[in-house]
Amino acid sequence: MQYLMLIYGTSHDESKPADGPADPATEAWVKEMDGRGVRLMGQRLRPASSATTVRVNDGEVLLTDGPFAETKEQILGFDLLECADLDEALEVAAKHPSAQRGPVEVRPLWPFGEDAG
Amino acid sequence: MAVRRGRRLNTETSTAAVTAAFREEGGRVVATLIRLTGDWDLAEEGAQEALARALERWPRDGVPARPAAWLTTTARNHALTRLKRSATEAAKLRELAALAPTEPPQADPSGVPDDRLRLMFTCCHPALPLEGRVALTLRTLAGLTTAEIARAFLVSEATMAQRLVRTKRKIREAGIPYRVPPAHLLPERTAAVLGVLYLLFNEGYSAGARHTLCTEAIRLTRTLVLLQPDDPEIEGLLALLLLQHSRRDARLDADGDLVPLDEQDRTRWDRAAIDEGLALVDTALRRGAPGPYQLQAAIAALHVSAPSAADTDWPQIAALYGELATRVPSAVVKLNQAVAVAMADGPEAGLALVDAMADEPDGYHLLPATRADLLRRLGRHVEAAEEYRAALALAGTEAERRFLQRRLAETQ
Repeated sequence: MQYLMLIYGTSHDESKPADGPADPATEAWVKEMDGRGVRLMGQRLRPASSATTVRVNDGEVLLTDGPFAETKEQILGFDLLECADLDEALEVAAKHPSAQRGPVEVRPLWPFGEDAG
Repeated sequence: MAVRRGRRLNTETSTAAVTAAFREEGGRVVATLIRLTGDWDLAEEGAQEALARALERWPRDGVPARPAAWLTTTARNHALTRLKRSATEAAKLRELAALAPTEPPQADPSGVPDDRLRLMFTCCHPALPLEGRVALTLRTLAGLTTAEIARAFLVSEATMAQRLVRTKRKIREAGIPYRVPPAHLLPERTAAVLGVLYLLFNEGYSAGARHTLCTEAIRLTRTLVLLQPDDPEIEGLLALLLLQHSRRDARLDADGDLVPLDEQDRTRWDRAAIDEGLALVDTALRRGAPGPYQLQAAIAALHVSAPSAADTDWPQIAALYGELATRVPSAVVKLNQAVAVAMADGPEAGLALVDAMADEPDGYHLLPATRADLLRRLGRHVEAAEEYRAALALAGTEAERRFLQRRLAETQ
């Protein structure tokens, strides 16, 4: 099964370049999960302040600056996982260094072509 | 179930026999069918169908020699028919293939875990909402109807049905595995199962009259002891539940009001449950790995072993609560420790411990209720009355409120 892992936390330290190298603990996690074949892809995101939210209302495009939800904790990054079951996905998520700093949401992907249950 | 195949029964006896067999074996039937089909709804439907067939056939043909095997086979055949009827897709055909074996799977001499154990761990998975875990455990393992569970939790049947649907949907969509967890997850997951069983019992116990929840919690814990032997915490929980439940007839008076421990008629305690509980506490503690449930069971054991409230070994109980508080630093445990210390060393000593809990969250009625009781025993009636009033404003059940009202009246 595929799961999307959303990493939440308080906004990036904006003084540090967001495209710099990830911390060594995260590098180690990526290496381990890539090696196990459970991590299909993943990426850090630029700070929420760089987001633009799009809505279309009666054909009119409305843009707002910033993320959709103005919460203290924002999505910092994501990983796409391929796991045997939820227990494996939870174990992988719990091992991510960010889980010690903020919540990590694990959510199954809705498989293509499958009807609403 | 000593009745042999072929013997006729009168309908009344047989309906009772069928219902009893289903209560005992329904969980196993559902558990096996989930493993075979991976479909929770189909499993429940199959089990219900088997029950309906049994009610129709057993009065006529007699109770089969192995009721569980009969129920499982009947349920499986029903599932098979249902799947054949809708077998238009490859996926359904694969499910059919999985159902092919004709011999019903038996409890396993081979070390393959009983299906009920898989079901228990899956229903109590920590990724499920707590109320959903409790409801699904009662529905699938204990075989209670949705209406019965709804009544026990004082919600409408529609609400309970919705809760069950959502919980099953999460299991399916989130990919919660149907299995006994591997060794490295087992301690944590066993604790989650015990937590659900304990909650189930307390729900029935605090409500007084809802004995079904208590007896089902005991029955499921008993099953868990059989399925996962030599685990002292599981034994500890079973002992604790048996010892608490042994006082069921003495702890409520004719009006359904709570009778405090020191005023209970000890001759109305259930001796058989006490003996079994005490033996279990011994067995568990001898394994040398005390945990929260064993400590609570040991405390309950000291209570039920005392010939009277005055002859209770309070210093020992206070020490056990002290030990428990280091593992479970909850307000309830600390309050109970304070009460035990008050009994061992006097109300002043107990009150000092309660006062040290001033930083505990508000809204918990046992805190003022305990202060009130200690103040009353110190003869400080005005302060006691004030605390009783504070407790009354927060108390949960009617029986608790009536008890506090009575105490309040005594201080005035």
